[in-house]
Amino acid sequence: MLHLVNKSPFERIALHSCLGHVREGDSILLYEDGIYAARKGSATTDRVAAATGKFKLYVLGPDLAARGIPSDQVIDGITVVDYGGFVDLVAEVGPVQSWL
Amino acid sequence: MAYDFQGKSIDHDEEGFITDVGDWSPELASFLAEQEGIALGDEHWEVINFLRDYYNEYQIAPAIRVLVKQMKKAFGPEKGNNKYLYELFPYGPAKQACKFAGLPKPTGCI
Amino acid sequence: MAEAETLDDFDETDEDVKRFMFVNRKAPYGTIYALEVLEMVLITGAFDQDVSVAFLDDGVFQIKKGQDTKAVNMKNFSPTYRALEGYDIEKLYVERESMEARGLAPEDFVVPVKVVSAAELADLMAEQDVIISG
Repeated sequence: MLHLVNKSPFERIALHSCLGHVREGDSILLYEDGIYAARKGSATTDRVAAATGKFKLYVLGPDLAARGIPSDQVIDGITVVDYGGFVDLVAEVGPVQSWL
Repeated sequence: MAYDFQGKSIDHDEEGFITDVGDWSPELASFLAEQEGIALGDEHWEVINFLRDYYNEYQIAPAIRVLVKQMKKAFGPEKGNNKYLYELFPYGPAKQACKFAGLPKPTGCI
Repeated sequence: MAEAETLDDFDETDEDVKRFMFVNRKAPYGTIYALEVLEMVLITGAFDQDVSVAFLDDGVFQIKKGQDTKAVNMKNFSPTYRALEGYDIEKLYVERESMEARGLAPEDFVVPVKVVSAAELADLMAEQDVIISG
């Protein structure tokens, strides 16, 4: 199962709700304003870093770049993907849940 | 709406501002100026190039007040004033010079 | 005729100048708020008003350095904040609590800002004639 999160973790509870419903082995893709959760050094970093041990986390590279976050500031264990990678995940990982 | 220029169709808005900055060329500027009865000379180009540099740096066309102030800084008071700019661009430097420079209409220019 | 172009003809008195604060609380590209507020800031600045701009909550991300929007095919408007100085808009405030929660520091921003506490920002808001939020 693939979970999509496009809301900032500082403004909405979408990511937190997602993390409360995700099952082991599931994948989570952060995109648009959701990518702020992938950055090291913020108030949500510890929670997201802990999730990388249980789930597969991905973040959309073009959205990171747009918002001025270089990939070396991304939490270890989160994989940066491009639009092609986004499509591959949707095709491969089964049902998609959008946490709008 | 589009200009037919050098065999190409170049989109513009209802006031004649081109919609894609990337379509601009110096030849297009001369073409647009001719349509409004202006033959571009060195003084016109100074303003047009100044506007293009400003746009490249800040991603907006400056308000007229800001253009005058920055022109004054760059070229001195004899060029950084409303009268000089209106003589070059009678319909308003913001509207006319920005149009020839291929920029969007300045924000706040109603 | 552009109203801004005739502004110099008016004999302004202090009564015409109002204190405007623009309050930015949204990240830059996920919604249109940040760009819309920035346009209002520029318009207000063209009319010689007393303008200040505050960045709090996710609004602090608007002025994060290093934005590159080519791959998302959107306009990168972060360089425009650097034009505000030319519009005589120099009162830019960042709320410390918001900045720190997001792991940011003053050197992460494209413009010089004054970092203020939430309490200080609340006082600044109370001094305004008009507050416009986005």
